[in-house]
Amino acid sequence: MNFSEIFKQSNQLCRISPDGRYLATCVQYRLVVRDVNSLQILHLYTCLDQIVHMEWSSDSLFILCAMYKRGLVQVWSLEQPDWHCKIDEGSIGLVSSRWSPDGRHILNTTEFHLRVTVWSLCTKAVSYIKYPKACQKGIDFSRDGSYMALAERRDCKDYVSVFVCEDWHLLRHFETETQDLAGLEWSPNGCVLAVWDSCLEYKVLLYSLDGRLLSSFSAYEWSLGIKSLAWSPSSQFLAIGSFDEKVRILNHITWKKITEFEHPATICSPKTVRLHIITRNVCPTDEISQPPFQIPVVKPDLDRANPKVGVSSLAFSADGRYLATKNDNMASVVWVWNMQKMSLEAVLEQTAAVRCFQWDPRRPRLALCTGTPRLYLWSPAGSVSVQVPSEGGFQVHALSWHSNGDSLVLIGKEHLCLCYMDTEDKSTDSNIWTK
Amino acid sequence: MGDWSMTSPLGVSMENSEISSISRVTLSSSRQNHDSLYSSSLPLSKSSHNVLSAFCIEENVPQCILYINQELSSLGLASMCIATPVEATLNSVPALNAMYELLQAQRRSQRSLEALEQDLLRTSSTLEHLQTGNYRLKDQLELLKREKSGLHEKERQLQLKIETLQSCLKSEKEEIQKLQNIIAGRASQYSHDAKRKERECVKLKERLGQLLIDKRDKKLAIDVLNYLGRSDGKRIQWKTGKAGTSHEGDMYKSLLNDYEARQQSLMVENSELKKVLQQMKRDMMYILSPHKPCAKASPGDDSPERGFPPAGLEGQDEVGECSRENLDQSCEKAREQLTYSIRLQWRRLKNHMEKLDSQVSLAQTQQQSGSEEAVPREVHEEEMQRMRLEVQQGKDFIHTQQQLLQKQLNSSFDDETAALLNDCYTLEEKERLKEEWRLFEEQKGNFERERKNFTEAAIRLGHEKKTFEEDRAAWLKNQFLNLTPFVDRKKYSLSDSQSALSIRSEPELQQSYTPAKLTKSSTYNEFSTTYSSISDGLPSTTELYRTLHLIQPETRHSKRGSWQEPSSPIRAENLFGKSKCSVRCRDPCILSLDKDGDSPI
Repeated sequence: MNFSEIFKQSNQLCRISPDGRYLATCVQYRLVVRDVNSLQILHLYTCLDQIVHMEWSSDSLFILCAMYKRGLVQVWSLEQPDWHCKIDEGSIGLVSSRWSPDGRHILNTTEFHLRVTVWSLCTKAVSYIKYPKACQKGIDFSRDGSYMALAERRDCKDYVSVFVCEDWHLLRHFETETQDLAGLEWSPNGCVLAVWDSCLEYKVLLYSLDGRLLSSFSAYEWSLGIKSLAWSPSSQFLAIGSFDEKVRILNHITWKKITEFEHPATICSPKTVRLHIITRNVCPTDEISQPPFQIPVVKPDLDRANPKVGVSSLAFSADGRYLATKNDNMASVVWVWNMQKMSLEAVLEQTAAVRCFQWDPRRPRLALCTGTPRLYLWSPAGSVSVQVPSEGGFQVHALSWHSNGDSLVLIGKEHLCLCYMDTEDKSTDSNIWTK
Repeated sequence: MGDWSMTSPLGVSMENSEISSISRVTLSSSRQNHDSLYSSSLPLSKSSHNVLSAFCIEENVPQCILYINQELSSLGLASMCIATPVEATLNSVPALNAMYELLQAQRRSQRSLEALEQDLLRTSSTLEHLQTGNYRLKDQLELLKREKSGLHEKERQLQLKIETLQSCLKSEKEEIQKLQNIIAGRASQYSHDAKRKERECVKLKERLGQLLIDKRDKKLAIDVLNYLGRSDGKRIQWKTGKAGTSHEGDMYKSLLNDYEARQQSLMVENSELKKVLQQMKRDMMYILSPHKPCAKASPGDDSPERGFPPAGLEGQDEVGECSRENLDQSCEKAREQLTYSIRLQWRRLKNHMEKLDSQVSLAQTQQQSGSEEAVPREVHEEEMQRMRLEVQQGKDFIHTQQQLLQKQLNSSFDDETAALLNDCYTLEEKERLKEEWRLFEEQKGNFERERKNFTEAAIRLGHEKKTFEEDRAAWLKNQFLNLTPFVDRKKYSLSDSQSALSIRSEPELQQSYTPAKLTKSSTYNEFSTTYSSISDGLPSTTELYRTLHLIQPETRHSKRGSWQEPSSPIRAENLFGKSKCSVRCRDPCILSLDKDGDSPI
């Protein structure tokens, strides 16, 4: 494994372009675009204020930089460095800005969620979408970029509008059977829309693209409900993480629960489970211990709002064979489940709370970081932890994979560095992975 | 004791006149002594000492003696001897004797007294012990009584507590109910308020939006250097109704695609499952088929497959075909049939398993009764291994068969059945050919034996012929010599040797044997060698047959024909399954045909 030198960044804004050729980072007012391989600066743009949000367009030709305080969005072109575009939302304010999937429209959500403004970069056209709902995930584009689902709130009722992204034609508009809609997400094949209620009620509704209610699922009543939700890449499974520290898996045919994964504090049963304790900073590798073993649990303060309990993050591996979960009251542990056997595959215990974990987009390989100067990797063959070489103690707070899975951007508080997996060197590879 | 002490001074004062009364008293005292021995003994000595000091003085010696004498006699001692009544003087020897006896008696009484004392002590101690025990028990009783009352009290308290708790629970429940009501009320109130607030918020938002629009926000703008082309390169279209319908169409298309894909995957899955099912069925049938004959015997069985005569592979194929047919029809009926057949098979399997179980248990009991006749484990394992291998082979066989069938699945049904029938026939044929082969082997042995006989006979005939030749030579010589003058001498000796043979028979023999020999050598290679070794001196086979009366000439000829060209008729017969060539098949070409028959299976 190799590491690049360390670069500066601010607001943890660094993104690799969708085509995998460029790395854009923001340093205060400036936007720096580098070549991923050589790390040479290709372009340098200066914005009007400190950049709060930055996003690549889907065709990797434009970069959007948003300055929410000023209500400004600036767009830069890679092909024509002198091309510029500035969108001013004026006094109405700006809280969120994003690209539409075609990379030619920008959707700005104004303050108080008054409306969503759709700016076209092709024409002067501006469209408004009223009544967007302020919630966990109010807008979602289907994977192929043809449809957009938007959560709305009118007359104290929740609605979902489905737009055709091509010309922002309203395709469907339907009321949902939710008390307080918290989010919506398209299935990867773009045919099913999962809508879930706020944490006060455990309820998942599944709508077809044409607005028919396919099914609804509720595991229990009264106590706090859904915390996170994830589709498997094949759209076959829907994983729902909830406050009761369980993940429930629904199937795509009957939309019934297939199984549920518990996150017990003591793991005692199967031999297949391997606990990877990546603890002592001294040793570079991990320890594998046999069950039974105890997992450190932090007792959550249930009196406070949003208690630190329950499954908050879920991620399927790219091939859909593994599911990684994190239970908030066991913050230092990542659980990896085998979706073929529907069983626990590994428990990755770290010394510090896990900040971020992400699957390799090509291989079943999980990268995680804990806010320490170490990078942890897990694959079915084994796990490994690597110290990030740096003088000032580079602490990894977040990470994101390159789309080809060969490199990884490690993001610290104000710095970043790239980590290259050695794919050609098979010998070292096998050394690393067969443990 | 009291009596004694009182009476003795009394006796002293009254002196001799009172002796009788004294003696009575002493008697009574002695009686008392006997009654309570231990109490009187000690004071007796004491009092006697006291009395003695005053009892005998110079003046009353004779009275004393008398008294003593009386006393002693009353005690049953030799009182007479103490004193002579006349003189009233002390006779020392009997007195001493009496004294000694008294001492003895006293010691004895002392000893008994001691024993009694010990007894007393013991009894008193036991009494004490018992008393303490009694006390203890009493205490215990008291304690228990107290405890009991305490428990009673506690129970009462608990009862009270329970009552209070129950009332508490009731009140709590009521409280909960009340709270729930409150919560529900609050929740509804909250949701109502939230809705009101939300509405207000919406109103405000709308107002804000209106205001912002009214203000004509100058800042709200987009500033683009030059407009971009669309990412797909197309030009921007107007929003028309047509576009809307096309979107609808697209949407439904994508939905349809999804459903189709899903259906496809389900179909694939379904077919996989069907395959598995079929495989299972086959396996099941395979498991069941070797036991079919015995299963047939059981009266409770009424499955239709049992009816098939050979019940072997043929039956299996029949069923497999049937199931395949079922699979091809994708309708309700097929499903019913399938489930029915599966259920049937399953039931049969279950029956079979039960039977096996019962057999096993029976065998076990037999084994147990048969006193450790058990087969060693290794043998079992070996057997198991072998059986497993067999099963594996069978599976492979089935697999290949299945593959072949699958290959043929595309072709029409008639072809299939024909092929199937063909397969069946070839199998049958194989069996038959095997049987035939066995027969041929037998026949071959017979032939070998016969050949031996022939050769022996031939040798014998050769010998006979030789002798005949010799005879003939001799006879000719004789004839020739008869012409000579010394005929008479030789003639006599020859006449008896030539008796069996005539001149006429000889040329006849030679004629028939030469052509026969030629044909023989062309067909019978083995035979020809023997002939060549024996050479001219031997007769022909025909000759031999005829002489041995083994066959008629006609049958021999027909046989020879079939031997010369055996392949064509036999093959034909093989194919139609009416082979009659069992006796004849001895040629290697038939063997090869047999092998051919093997291969298509």
